[in-house]
Amino acid sequence: MFPEISLHILDIAENSIKAGATRIEIEVLRRTAERKLTVAVQDNGCGMDAEQLAGCTDPFFTSRTTRRVGLGIPFLKASAECTGGSFFIDSQKGRGTQIRAEYVTDHIDCIPLGDIGATVYSLILMNEAIGFFYRYGVDERQFTLDTDEMRALLGDVPFASREVAAFIREYLEENQKETDQEEIL
Amino acid sequence: MKSLEELKAIRERMQGQVEFRAENSDQIRVVVGMATCGIASGARPVLTTLAEEVQKRDLKNVTVTQTGCIGLCQYEPIVEVLEGGKDKITYIKMTPEKAVEVLEQHLVRGQVVEKYTLNETRL
Ligand SMILES: Nc1ncnc2c1ncn2[C@@H]1O[C@H](COP(=O)(O)OP(=O)(O)OP(=O)(O)O)[C@@H](O)[C@H]1O
Ligand code: FES
Ligand SMILES: [Mg+2]
Repeated sequence: MFPEISLHILDIAENSIKAGATRIEIEVLRRTAERKLTVAVQDNGCGMDAEQLAGCTDPFFTSRTTRRVGLGIPFLKASAECTGGSFFIDSQKGRGTQIRAEYVTDHIDCIPLGDIGATVYSLILMNEAIGFFYRYGVDERQFTLDTDEMRALLGDVPFASREVAAFIREYLEENQKETDQEEIL
Repeated sequence: MKSLEELKAIRERMQGQVEFRAENSDQIRVVVGMATCGIASGARPVLTTLAEEVQKRDLKNVTVTQTGCIGLCQYEPIVEVLEGGKDKITYIKMTPEKAVEVLEQHLVRGQVVEKYTLNETRL
């Protein structure tokens, strides 16, 4: 299993990439009073038919050929459900897939969110052709990052160039820090 | 909050420099396996370290990319180095520290770090 929720998100987004998605949306929302953390990944990839969808939470269902079990989805489901949280998946062939997991953060088995910035950073940098939308929220506060907006501002300057990559890293870090902070009155 | 507006200034600075990344035949491709077992065994920090070191040292002939399953779960995290006209080199059980060593020895100086490679006898 994974030590961090952010690694699950990376792994689930890898499924979206494998499914040929051109747009992937990632949301991380924390509601502190309710002790809930919800993570969601939505893509416009190839999707699954009803049979695949029903089977994909079973580790013995996989379209992969190098190993007979698929672990990504069952792992995420188990890690959320073992905290008393929930798991939701919906998919339509040819349309895309939507996955949501809710964690109860004060449960003893709840793993930490971990370095979500590193997950989003590496997804963006390694997949310049895919449009990513990311939202990080804590109660009333939030920030977003849309790589389509970045692309419009940057023209053909690659995300992987040093200054842009450093900007993405700082943007994610600083804005998360501000979002995490309690309102200073 | 930091705003995307800063990208405009970066773009203006960069466009003066023209050739950011002319893909050519000397290009070295560094590929990190990011399937579930790779991620579980620590591929993310290996990937971000490699990407950041390549940017920091401004290695224009090196591209870091990711792939799904490489098919060698027990050896993850795996980093492959692909260079035109040469055999593929597969580094196994990588850590950010080992990855920096590979970067300095192999990617910069052209010397394969044998001790971290997958050699046939181990298969
Ligand atoms: N976003 C998606 N779009 C389309 N199909 C998907 C998506 N996510 C998962 N699937 C299907 O569900 C199967 C199971 O996914 P899961 O992540 O559990 O395992 P895997 O990706 O096959 O292998 P692993 O994650 O262990 O490397 C996949 O093989 C794929 O067929
Ligand atoms: S299944 Fe483990 S490397 Fe792909
Ligand atoms: Mg998977």
